Amino acid sequence: MDILVCMKQVPDTETKIVINPEGTGIVTDGIKYVMNPYDEFAVEEALKIKEKMGGTVTIVSMGPQRATEAIRTALAMGADKGVHLCDDAFEGADSYSTAKALAAAIKPLSYDIILGGKQAVDHDNAQVYAALAELLDISHVSIVTQLDVAEDGKSAVAQREVEGGAREVIEVSLPAFIACQKGLNEPRYASLPGIMKAKKKPIDVIDLAKSGLSADEVGEKGAKLKIRKFFLPPEREAGKILEGEPEELATQLVKLLREEAKAI
Amino acid sequence: MPQGIWVIAEQKEGKLKKVTLEMLSKAREMGQEVTALLLGSGVEGLAADLGQYGADKVLVFDAEVLKDYSTDAYTKVICDAVKEGDPSVLLGPATASGKDFLPKVAARLGTGLASDCTDLSMEDGKLVATRPMYAGKCLVETVVPDATPQMASIRPNVLAVGDPDASKSAEVVKKDVNVTDADLKAVLKEVIKGASEKVDLTEATIIVSGGRAMKDADNFKILWDLADALGSGTTVGASRAAVDSGYATHDMQVGQTGKVVNPNLYIACGISGAIQHLAGMRTSKVIVAINKDPEAPIFQKADYGLVGDLFKIVPLLTEEVKKLKAQD
Repeated sequence: MDILVCMKQVPDTETKIVINPEGTGIVTDGIKYVMNPYDEFAVEEALKIKEKMGGTVTIVSMGPQRATEAIRTALAMGADKGVHLCDDAFEGADSYSTAKALAAAIKPLSYDIILGGKQAVDHDNAQVYAALAELLDISHVSIVTQLDVAEDGKSAVAQREVEGGAREVIEVSLPAFIACQKGLNEPRYASLPGIMKAKKKPIDVIDLAKSGLSADEVGEKGAKLKIRKFFLPPEREAGKILEGEPEELATQLVKLLREEAKAI
Repeated sequence: MPQGIWVIAEQKEGKLKKVTLEMLSKAREMGQEVTALLLGSGVEGLAADLGQYGADKVLVFDAEVLKDYSTDAYTKVICDAVKEGDPSVLLGPATASGKDFLPKVAARLGTGLASDCTDLSMEDGKLVATRPMYAGKCLVETVVPDATPQMASIRPNVLAVGDPDASKSAEVVKKDVNVTDADLKAVLKEVIKGASEKVDLTEATIIVSGGRAMKDADNFKILWDLADALGSGTTVGASRAAVDSGYATHDMQVGQTGKVVNPNLYIACGISGAIQHLAGMRTSKVIVAINKDPEAPIFQKADYGLVGDLFKIVPLLTEEVKKLKAQD
């Protein structure tokens, strides 16, 4: 199986978001960047498929220079090689122009299945996998919590999380994009030998020229959805602290929720 | 020239989902013709309701192939209809199915989609969508300046539902469904029911949520008991710490790597309030925190803070709620 994993480097979930004075973006100083948590499930699943069926795992990522670190992390977990879409022209992309660039990098590659997180936890668009699948003319299954690839590698059965904890069982012909959700697996940590080996694994850097796309199709210029303003939500004020014995607290709270907050 | 606002209705087992009414209520404020798209099998009867909540016209796509949700079938039906009808705005629900087909529709149509929006407005015929990023740590205003339809998916439970107008009826247009088996590359085999038949976290009106201090999966029973007492529309959630400790399943997780929720009432039990968790529940209308530690950050965000032992307080709350409900 030739397995691709689409991965994005994002600010750690501990990050406090600060908006720049112009309202055009967030302040990036001091941010610690990590592999998108949902993409960790995708890398792990790719490695599990490779362990069972053989093949290669290739990490495909679009991002600035620093994204190399996240690619190296995936290589240290056990992926074989990386493809890094890196060019100023790719900056400021929306889901559509991101998918466009990824599709250009992926089309020349041989692939039987593509995995990725169900969304990146920075912009939370949760669109790139579906748009990419559409541009590659393959199916996708989203929010996947269980995956079984058929022995012949031609199809897969995926469980997809829907409302209220229910799951849909979907049979899909491959290649397809599988968008991974927490619960699919437990991502492994990179071992020390893994980290050493990762340093020597190849990362193919693709700039605008190599992608074969024009500057108008990618990044901010190619974006269909434009962000015109960033702002912070209103701060929540701390409310009342209730005091007393548990019995009093319970009585007081229920009364307040009914009469003051009108929430029950 | 593209015109009109189209709203993709969502129904489940023959009932319209509330988010459908939320979208229609917003759409009818925008001063353009509102068209609802209704997909399913045996669903035509719902067209009247769509009219009363704001649709001027309802396009009905009724076929056996649309009985169950299918990415490929929905994408094809909607894209074909848009190419024919040329709407200016296309809205859909940010639900499990809407989040699945809307980005595929946007890519096929080559347009922009603002996902999981919490507000919409119209400026000179342009749709301005407000949506959270970083799980709600910040918000952005977006526009689709150069492509149509301007698409947005709407987060359930945020927009208000207007009163139905019983005198209003929509023009109902039955449309052909041109989907064949060859169009379906992904096929639904079965649906496995969840452990509970509770409402989803993202659609719940009340959430009782447990954290690391629950200590054990079995202890979540006291949260379920409180949820049961609070009635339908209530469900149980969990913090990442509780999920990672194996006390709760991942589909119950609230926060940046779980679900972003916005109920009327959020009761956080034994949750300290890590930044990832606060991001996921900060838009709850009323927040109650129960925690032993008076310094827990959750108290900074709570409307009502109870410092004490949740194992004592929660069962007492359940009894108080039962008493209250018995009087109603």
